[in-house]
Amino acid sequence: MLIIGEKINSSRKNIKEKVENKDTEFIQELARKQVEGGAQMLDLNIGTIRKNEPERMQWLVRTVQEVVDVPLCIDSPNYEAIKAGLEIYNWDKGKVLINSVTAEREKLKLILPLVKKYQCPVVALTMNEDGIPQGFQERFKIADKLIKKLTNEGIPAQDIYIDPLTLPVSTNIQNANIVLETLKRVKDSYPKVKTIIGLSNISYGLPERRLLNQSFVVLARASGLDAVILDSTDKDLMALIKATDLLLGKDEFCAHYLQAFREGRL
Amino acid sequence: MVNLKELSEALFRGDVSRVKELTQLALREEVEPREILEQGLIKGMDVVGEKFKNNEIFLPEVLLASQAMYGGLELLQPQLIKSGVEARGKVIIGTVKGDLHDIGKNLVAMMLRGGGFEVIDLGKDVSAEKFLVAIQKHKPDIVGLSALLTTTMMGMTEVITVLEKAGLRDKVKVMIGGAPVTQEFADEIGAEGYAPNAASAVDKARELIHSLRRK
Repeated sequence: MLIIGEKINSSRKNIKEKVENKDTEFIQELARKQVEGGAQMLDLNIGTIRKNEPERMQWLVRTVQEVVDVPLCIDSPNYEAIKAGLEIYNWDKGKVLINSVTAEREKLKLILPLVKKYQCPVVALTMNEDGIPQGFQERFKIADKLIKKLTNEGIPAQDIYIDPLTLPVSTNIQNANIVLETLKRVKDSYPKVKTIIGLSNISYGLPERRLLNQSFVVLARASGLDAVILDSTDKDLMALIKATDLLLGKDEFCAHYLQAFREGRL
Repeated sequence: MVNLKELSEALFRGDVSRVKELTQLALREEVEPREILEQGLIKGMDVVGEKFKNNEIFLPEVLLASQAMYGGLELLQPQLIKSGVEARGKVIIGTVKGDLHDIGKNLVAMMLRGGGFEVIDLGKDVSAEKFLVAIQKHKPDIVGLSALLTTTMMGMTEVITVLEKAGLRDKVKVMIGGAPVTQEFADEIGAEGYAPNAASAVDKARELIHSLRRK
């Protein structure tokens, strides 16, 4: 499974301040730690910083790329910030995962040219002008529409990451089931298309969130999840994913599991 | 004689049927509707707000308590109107244009209702024009604006601009909230109120109403 480190996200209080003050040392340390923990990609999200998001995104991309070699996931609702990040990205370190496009006409019009220009993989959220639909049938319908649209535009299926949008179970007890069902449907209908979720939102508003995050990642992986944005410095969570992949038959001769054991990661 | 403390406790537990039962009973015993509202429902929601703020209870428990509150309020409302009890104030609330996040906004709306306010909820992705029309129609004391994204925060400024243009800016207090919103931003755009969470939003609204009434 593609593990994407979630920690450089300005909705976390500390990070907002560190990015605003351009604390290079802090950000670089955080990037390094996540990669050491097992992140194969790092998510950069400064959506809660209002001023100069494009310029700050560029600073962040440069700062992070100075110290780690994994590719980056440029994550913003703001087209200008994504564009700015892509412009100065060091392409020797693999392709950017653009996060994200939706079924909103305006959004597609802006983001699609970037995806084509840089030939990057892209995250597609199952929402449209009317918002995020409640049921999994409707979410799948949007995913279906997005996949057809993107492949028609020449984007390879394996470069499309469908995100069924994880909402907190604390506000609707079916929110996990909706995601799991959407994942299954997408993988059934389009085996080559990839799937992705941000993990921690599921447990928002509840105590001992790690328990819910852990259970959810196992369920999601079994339902066809290909990539996940999570806290890769959480050793228990990372070990759990290794064990899950082994049990699901995705780890030939248990090689990754055993390697992790020898490295003291289990 | 029905015990209003028991009512507030049933509300806190989220026991919808008990809240309805006790409200009904209190009405039958001809307890003042205002008394039932303030000593029963509002008191219960105050405890909910306080405990939620202190992380002693969690979101689903707040939602459950709010269901209980609505259960009681439904029975009480006709009597409140009949006996001429006025709400503590009228609030129009909504998430601004382009923003689909409404957990926080819903929570604030609910806590305000529990706090004795009349709340008109315009929902999410609400344009400045729609806010204006609603404000002209309902003449609220306060308009509450919510946003979770930096890209949509500017929708708050837009509402204020539209109000200024319509000559209504001094007729209504503006309160804002949401993850990227800060006191600093509120000052910058000239919003009278900011609250970091749902429980303090009620305190803030009470404070604003108080300042209005003093004038």
